[in-house]
Amino acid sequence: MNKIWLIIQREFLNRVQKKSFLVATILVPLIFPAIIALLVFVSRESEKNAKKEVIHYIDESGIFVPDTAKYIFRNFSGTLEDAKKAYNSSEDFGLLYIPKFELSKPKGITLYAKINPSLDDVSDIERLFENRIKDLKMKNMNIDQKILDSLKTNVRINTVKISEGGQEKSSNSGVLFGIGMAAGILMYMFIFIYGAQIMQGIIEEKTSKVVEVIVSSVKPFQLMMGKIIGLASVGLLQFLIWIVLMSTLTFGVLGYFGIDPPQQQAMQQMGGDVAAQQAAMNSEVVQGINAFLSLPLGYILFNFVFYFLGGYLLYGALFAAVGSAVDSPAEAQQFMFPITIPMLISYMSLFMFILKDPHGPVSVWLSIIPFTSPIAMMGRVGFEVPDWQLALSMILLVAGFVLTTWVAGRIYRVGILMSGTKVNYKVLAKWFMQRG
Amino acid sequence: MDALVANGITKRYAHHTALDQVSVTIPEKTIYGLLGPNGAGKTTFIRIINQIINSDEGEILIFGEKLNQSHIGVIGYLPEERGLYKKLKVGEQLVYLARLKGLSRKDALMRIKTWLEKFEIKDWWNKKVEDLSKGMAQKVQFISTVLHEPRLIILDEPFSGFDPVNAQLITEEILDLKKKGSTIIFSTHRMESVEDLCDHIALINKSKKILEGSKKQVKDQYKSNTFIVEHRGRFSLNGGSYELLTQESLEGDLLTSTVKMKNAGNPNDLIRDLITLTEVHRFQEKIPTMSDIFISLVKGESHE
Repeated sequence: MNKIWLIIQREFLNRVQKKSFLVATILVPLIFPAIIALLVFVSRESEKNAKKEVIHYIDESGIFVPDTAKYIFRNFSGTLEDAKKAYNSSEDFGLLYIPKFELSKPKGITLYAKINPSLDDVSDIERLFENRIKDLKMKNMNIDQKILDSLKTNVRINTVKISEGGQEKSSNSGVLFGIGMAAGILMYMFIFIYGAQIMQGIIEEKTSKVVEVIVSSVKPFQLMMGKIIGLASVGLLQFLIWIVLMSTLTFGVLGYFGIDPPQQQAMQQMGGDVAAQQAAMNSEVVQGINAFLSLPLGYILFNFVFYFLGGYLLYGALFAAVGSAVDSPAEAQQFMFPITIPMLISYMSLFMFILKDPHGPVSVWLSIIPFTSPIAMMGRVGFEVPDWQLALSMILLVAGFVLTTWVAGRIYRVGILMSGTKVNYKVLAKWFMQRG
Repeated sequence: MDALVANGITKRYAHHTALDQVSVTIPEKTIYGLLGPNGAGKTTFIRIINQIINSDEGEILIFGEKLNQSHIGVIGYLPEERGLYKKLKVGEQLVYLARLKGLSRKDALMRIKTWLEKFEIKDWWNKKVEDLSKGMAQKVQFISTVLHEPRLIILDEPFSGFDPVNAQLITEEILDLKKKGSTIIFSTHRMESVEDLCDHIALINKSKKILEGSKKQVKDQYKSNTFIVEHRGRFSLNGGSYELLTQESLEGDLLTSTVKMKNAGNPNDLIRDLITLTEVHRFQEKIPTMSDIFISLVKGESHE
C-alpha cells in the first residue's frame, strides 16, 4: 500500500506542477463563460444588423400584406416573365409569385430564388400566408378584429414539483436541462481527457523503458492503480478549483447586477406581493437563477463526483490496458474504437433521449448500464431519479470498474514488457489468459 | 552461504519454453556471469529473480530464504533496456526510485548526495533527464541501481552505451561493491568483460543451462592439453603420444608450434622430449578463452 501511495504522489505532483495544468485550471472557468457570452453577443448583434433580404412579389390575388420584419418586399407590377427577367439581373434574394386563388384552396404560390432558400425562409413566408388567410377567413365569418385581438392571451405555466412529503418546490425544466447537459458534457470531457492522459503516461513509461525498473520494485498492478488513482486526484482537484472559481465568478456577476440570490430565494418562498416585485425585475433571469439555486446542488455535486470517479476508473483501466499494449499513441487508435463507442452512444443519447425524456425506458437503461451510466445519469440526476435506480446504477458501476480493472491489469502486466510486438485483439486475449 | 539458488526454474509461453529446468547456484560475494546468446532466456531468468514475472515451476532462494516481496529491497537491478523518466529531474528521480525500493526520504537524499559527489556530477541535481547525454543518463541509472545498497546486484549488459572511460569507472565500482560484500550477477554476451570480472559463470543456451562453474573449473574442463611452443629450428613430431597441430614462422628465425598431448599427462614429459628436438624459447599451455568456450558450445548446440 505504501508503494501505491508513493506512485499516486508522484503522478499527482508530475501533473500538478506542469504549467499546462495551471493554465487549464485557471483559464477554463474564465474562458468558457467568456466564449458563451461572446457568441450570444455576436449572434444578437448580427441579428440586429443583418441586412434584410429583398423579395420581389407579384400579387394577382390582391390579398398579400407584406410583413417587413424580416424581409423587404417590393411589389412588381407587370407579367411574371418581366419580373423574372428583372429579378435575374438583380442581386436580390427572391421573387414571390402569388396567383389568384380561393381562400379554401391556396395553390400555386411560388418562390423563385437563385439559391435554395432555407427551411426557415420558406416556413416564415408560409406562415405569413397562413396567418393572412386565417384573418381573412375569420373576417368572412364576421368576426371583428377587436374580438380577434382580445382572444390572444399570453400564458406562462409555473411548474411546481410536489414531493411525497407535500413540500412544494418550484422547478424549472430549462435549468434542469442545462444542468444535465453541462454535467453530461463535462463528464464526457473529463473521462476522455484524463483517460487519454493515463494512456499517454503508460506509453511514455513503456517507450522510455523505465517501466522495467519500476516493476522490479512494485507489482505491475500497483503501478497501474497508482497511476490511475493519481490522475483521478488531479482531475478532482481541477474540478474542485473550477467549481470554486465559477461560483465565485457567478456570485460576482450576480452582485454586479444587484441580485442577492439567497435573499431572493427567501423572498420567493414568502410569496405574495414579493412575486409582483420580482416580476418587475428581469424576471426570467432571476427565476432561472432561483431555480438553479433551489436545486439540490450538493446532491448533484455528490453524484457528479461519484460518477466521475466510477466512470473514470472504469474507462481509465481500459485506457491503461490500451496504453500498455502499444508503442505509440498512433498505434493506440485501433483499440480506441470499443472504448469510444459506448462513450459516444451515451453522449448522443444525452441529447436524443435523456434530456428530452429523463424517465423514458431508454434513458433509464442507459443510466443503469455501467458503460453508459456516468454520462446518462448526469443528464437525469437533476430530474429526481428514483432511489432504487440510482442505487442499482451505482452498484453496477462499481462492479463494472472492478471488472475492467481486473481485465486491464492482466493485459497490462504482460503488455508493458512487450515492445516492438505487433498487437491485435487475439494477442490481447492471449496476454489476458497468460499465467503470471 | 549462497546468495542465490535456483532449482528447476521453468517458464513456458504459449508457443515456446523460455526456461527449461534451469538450476544455478550463485555463491555470496562473487561476480557471477550469466552468459548466453540473445534470446537464450537470460532476461526471462532475471525477470523471475526480480519478481517481474513468475516461474511456472521451480523455486528460488535468496540468501537461503524463499523468494518473496521483502527481497525487492535486497536486489538492485539494472535492466538491459535503460530508462528513466525523461521529464523528471535527476534528484527527484533518484529519490523516487530509492523510495520505491523502501528507503526513507532522508536516507535517500543523503546517499544520493554521496554518490553524486563520488561521480562528480553534483550539479546535475536539477537537470531533467532528457537534457542529459546517453552516458550521463547511464550514470544516473547506475546510481539508482545501487543506491539502496542491495546485497544482490543484477546488471544486464552494464557496459553497453558507456564510453571506455565511463566503462572503466563502472568496472571499478562493480569491483568495489564486491569488496564491500555484494554479490553481482552479470548478464552479458561480451566475453572480454567476463574474462576480466567474473569469478563464476553459467552459460544458458536455448532455454537450458549448459554449463556452470567457477571460471577456473570451466577453463580446466575445456582445455585441450594443447601447448604453444616458441622455438628455433623446425622439428616434426608424429606418432607416439603427441600430435603437432601447427607450425609457423615468426619474425627472425623463430617458429611457433602448437602441440597436443593425446593423453592428459605431465607437461614436463613434453618439455623433456622437445628439448631433444629443438631450442625452446617459450612454453605455455593453451588455455581456452571464455569466448572460445562460448562459441564452441553455442555453435555445437546449434549443429545438433
